[in-house]
Amino acid sequence: MENMDDTSGSSFEDMGEMHQRMKEEEEEEAEGEAGAGEEEDGEFLGMKGLRGQLGRQVADQMWQVGKRQASRAFSLYANIDILRPYFDVEPVQVRARLLESMIPVKMINFPQKIAGELYGPLMLVFTLVAILLHGMKTSDTIIREGTLMGTAIGTCFGYWLGVSSFMYFLAYLCNAQITMVQMLSLLGYGLFGHCITLFVTYNIHFHSLFYIFWLVVGGLSTLRMVAVLVSRTVGHTQRLILCGTLAALHMLFLLYLHFAYHKVVEGILDTLEGPNMPPFQRVARDIPVVSNAILNTTAKAIALTL
Amino acid sequence: MESRKAWEMTGKFPGLADVSISQDIPVEGEITVPVGSHSPDEDFSTLDEPVKDTIMRDLKAVGKKFVHVMYPKKSSALLRDWDLWGPLVLCVSLALMLQGGSADSKDDGGPQFAEVFVIIWFGAVVITLNSKLLGGTISFFQSLCVLGYCVMPLTVAMLVCRLVLLAGAGTVSFIIRLIVVGAMFGWSTLASTAFLADSQPPNRKALVVYPIFLFYFVISWMILTFTPQ
Repeated sequence: MENMDDTSGSSFEDMGEMHQRMKEEEEEEAEGEAGAGEEEDGEFLGMKGLRGQLGRQVADQMWQVGKRQASRAFSLYANIDILRPYFDVEPVQVRARLLESMIPVKMINFPQKIAGELYGPLMLVFTLVAILLHGMKTSDTIIREGTLMGTAIGTCFGYWLGVSSFMYFLAYLCNAQITMVQMLSLLGYGLFGHCITLFVTYNIHFHSLFYIFWLVVGGLSTLRMVAVLVSRTVGHTQRLILCGTLAALHMLFLLYLHFAYHKVVEGILDTLEGPNMPPFQRVARDIPVVSNAILNTTAKAIALTL
Repeated sequence: MESRKAWEMTGKFPGLADVSISQDIPVEGEITVPVGSHSPDEDFSTLDEPVKDTIMRDLKAVGKKFVHVMYPKKSSALLRDWDLWGPLVLCVSLALMLQGGSADSKDDGGPQFAEVFVIIWFGAVVITLNSKLLGGTISFFQSLCVLGYCVMPLTVAMLVCRLVLLAGAGTVSFIIRLIVVGAMFGWSTLASTAFLADSQPPNRKALVVYPIFLFYFVISWMILTFTPQ
């Protein structure tokens, strides 16, 4: 199913429509046979029962129309088979795409292929939720209104779906050749870099390490997404708008995830207890005390500014 | 008669011309399908039996499934007669035991129960949808049943953790809890994989196992980081 990435516009709503129309034709044949039987019974009533008969038929028809519309809407949007083509992947393909998402492409004059697949992005979003939970628990984040799980799921899914929709809207304005599924897929695979960075830096608590990872890993995955988008857009201003927005949002999201859900309590402890070993530094045993002090002061400064 | 000559003239099937059926012989036989004798009494018997029998039958079915989870073999009994009593009991007991942990004020105890409940059922629904979309042959409720029953080792781990925490909350108890929860997490994942992975096409087993791994990992993490007030 590699030929699915074209923007030839057959969306899943069209597929659902065709499916529904075929089902309706079968239903109408069955109904036609049943309806013929009913009409023969009605004629026996004669003039007296005509008004009641008419009313009943009208009510019947309205019920049928309403039921048909409701079932059409239901089977269009609740039909799981619509999503089946987007989950048609092999494990080898998923692994290849994960690795590719960190490698920026060089050919930006030729539209790059994007696989319209939703399994990988969905699993990456759930993995990010799990990593976020881990980070929130280890840093004792207290959520006043709402729950830990709800916040993590809301943040990750909100980012994936919201930013994808916003970028799709911008792409529509800037005449870029990309569909919604492709945008979802691209952004989803771009979260792989976020997952790696957060997994490493929630366990090894150095701010300089985080900044290095932010620039290198986050930067690589952003460059990849930007390059693919640039290859699909014409015109300098449009390219600048799209890629600038995507790069800014993607990098700022990583920054936000690190600082909002991984509060540095070390600055507060330092002022309360004096120069003891703060708990989050028990992982680092071989770093000399001097660099610890430097890290402490930088972390305190950042915590104060936030 | 002409057809017989045509057959022989083709020369392809020399001997078969004798086997052709003439059109004069009438076809005869009986077209009655033997129906198994269902006496009408059998259909109503479950309504007339005493309540104790009904409850004991259901309890035995649930107990048999628990035993299947403890010793995961590839049997189809868990899948054939699915029921959701076991998952409900396990989910409620796990959520009750996880309540009241790491709570600042007393109104934080409420969301904890709903949180665990929603995570387990929402996670199980997502895994089921995923395995169906990847081409699985298992039905929706069968998959929910298996995933729910395989939460049992983690409930046992939660019990053990609570008992260990009664003794104290130091590094030793953390290591004990880590080992116990890790072992139970592995057991849960293996048990559910033994039942669910068979219904997938063989080259996509890894794609189905990963969300199950993530699901039980999140539950194990909630159990491990539980600290009572």
